[in-house]
Amino acid sequence: MAKAATFFIMLTFWILMSGMFDAFHLSLGVVSCLLVTLFSHKLLFYGEPRRSWLKSFPGMMLYLPWLFWQIVVANLQVAYIVLHPRMLDLIDPCLIRFNTCLKRPISKVTLAQSITLTPGTITVNIHENEFTVYALTRSAAEALPGEMERRVGRALEPTS
Amino acid sequence: MLWAAGFLIVAGIFFFAVGVLGVLRFPDFYTRLHAAGKCDSLAAVLVIVGIALYNLADFSPSNLLVSFKILAIAAFVFIASPTATHAVTEAALIIGVEPWTKKDEPQ
Repeated sequence: MAKAATFFIMLTFWILMSGMFDAFHLSLGVVSCLLVTLFSHKLLFYGEPRRSWLKSFPGMMLYLPWLFWQIVVANLQVAYIVLHPRMLDLIDPCLIRFNTCLKRPISKVTLAQSITLTPGTITVNIHENEFTVYALTRSAAEALPGEMERRVGRALEPTS
Repeated sequence: MLWAAGFLIVAGIFFFAVGVLGVLRFPDFYTRLHAAGKCDSLAAVLVIVGIALYNLADFSPSNLLVSFKILAIAAFVFIASPTATHAVTEAALIIGVEPWTKKDEPQ
């Protein structure tokens, strides 16, 4: 099942990327997709077969625009700090740790990537449930995990 | 369409410029990473979406495909950029690069 799904995703991607629909290029695509599927079908659908990524797709579609808006807002804040004449007074870098209540690996990774994408904060490490985050300003550190963790949880965690 | 594309590209260039300025102005390695890795996330995406729109200005199926490919670059940047930033930060922390803190500043 995972093999077939991987193969079809690969093939769709190949066709979209190549944009050539003659027999030669399509057969090349089929052969290489088969090879890739044989080698790495375990990578794309990693564990957890019950709750497939299709189920979390609508949640992600709701989450991504919000994340993009957060990135814009935070980027403007960082731009303000960079352009401020007395920039050293505004920044106060600190390393903070917090525990997350997210369970699935994919939602932890999503949260970490979101934190890193949002300017002003970088996820340094995830160990079990503990996130280590390096923040540029005190206020950026205090805003964590908060809203972002709740939204990731709503998008990706199984509803209980 | 061209105006929207131009606006997006100019906005992207503005954020890239801010990122470069941040790399030059911030006091230490980690804060510079903030500027470098971060302004890039938005700036790169703005420029890429701008280029995709610009490419769509004369509409045809093949141009639509090209625009889709350009947007795919944006998606990859979104996944790869934070991963790289995270890896570099963690490597620096492991080898013990000292972070700049407020106390270092002469009062």
